[in-house]
Amino acid sequence: MNRYLLAAYAATWIIHIAYLSTLVSRYTKLKREIDELKKS
Amino acid sequence: MKLAFPILGVLTAILLSYALYMALVVAPTEQTMGDVQRIFYYHVPSAWTAFILFTINFVASIVYLVRRKPAADIVALVSAEVGVVFCTIVLVTGPIWARPVWGIWWTWDMRLTSTLVLWLIYVSYLVLRRFSASGETPVLAAALAIFGALCVPFVYFSIWFFRTQHPQPVMGGGGSIDPRMLHVLLINWLAFSCFAFLVCWSRYRLEKVQRDVEQAHAMASLGQSSRSTR
Repeated sequence: MNRYLLAAYAATWIIHIAYLSTLVSRYTKLKREIDELKKS
Repeated sequence: MKLAFPILGVLTAILLSYALYMALVVAPTEQTMGDVQRIFYYHVPSAWTAFILFTINFVASIVYLVRRKPAADIVALVSAEVGVVFCTIVLVTGPIWARPVWGIWWTWDMRLTSTLVLWLIYVSYLVLRRFSASGETPVLAAALAIFGALCVPFVYFSIWFFRTQHPQPVMGGGGSIDPRMLHVLLINWLAFSCFAFLVCWSRYRLEKVQRDVEQAHAMASLGQSSRSTR
């Protein structure tokens, strides 16, 4: 496989996965806050 | 309704895998550029998806300015955020494609520069939304979004009106494409559009819950302060 082609496809999915990871971490943080609110 | 999201998620994953297979295996190899031309099947659909998301941001911003509905504000925020992700991919895959084909990573021609400016406008939109605590932030952001959206047709038509290093459009504007390549391109676009829709959907739900939690925090602190004054 052409290395530029591989780099472009890999970069696309790295960017998408990085963004999805930020969403997951925001969701985890939010879930913790909801639990704390329920306790209080 | 609860099952709709996982079902759509699985279907989108299948579609993305099929689109990848079509791009790498089924699409014919371009005669002059060779295999590196297959970057086209990720670069162009990402650009089109970003343009659509910025257009949604534009419409939602106008709706927010007219009706002040929080849902329109959330749609505007979400579409800008996901649009920036897709626009980042365009700005990353473009130079990777340009290097072996043009011999350079970047050139300050009209299409490339206007795309970078578009990206910077929407990044500043997100920075404004993230760091401004003013109650008027959604209104200011909506105004900025309208300005940003004016750049979208400029970016798209820049290769029609200016002599640029960037190739002519593949559809309309004098460009032409092999029907088999067009078929693969449209499948990839469909796959990325479905993916973008799903990401927007999750981000919308996340933002809505986040606002509810902020409201609950505010109510809780109001309750505490009223108890302490009694």
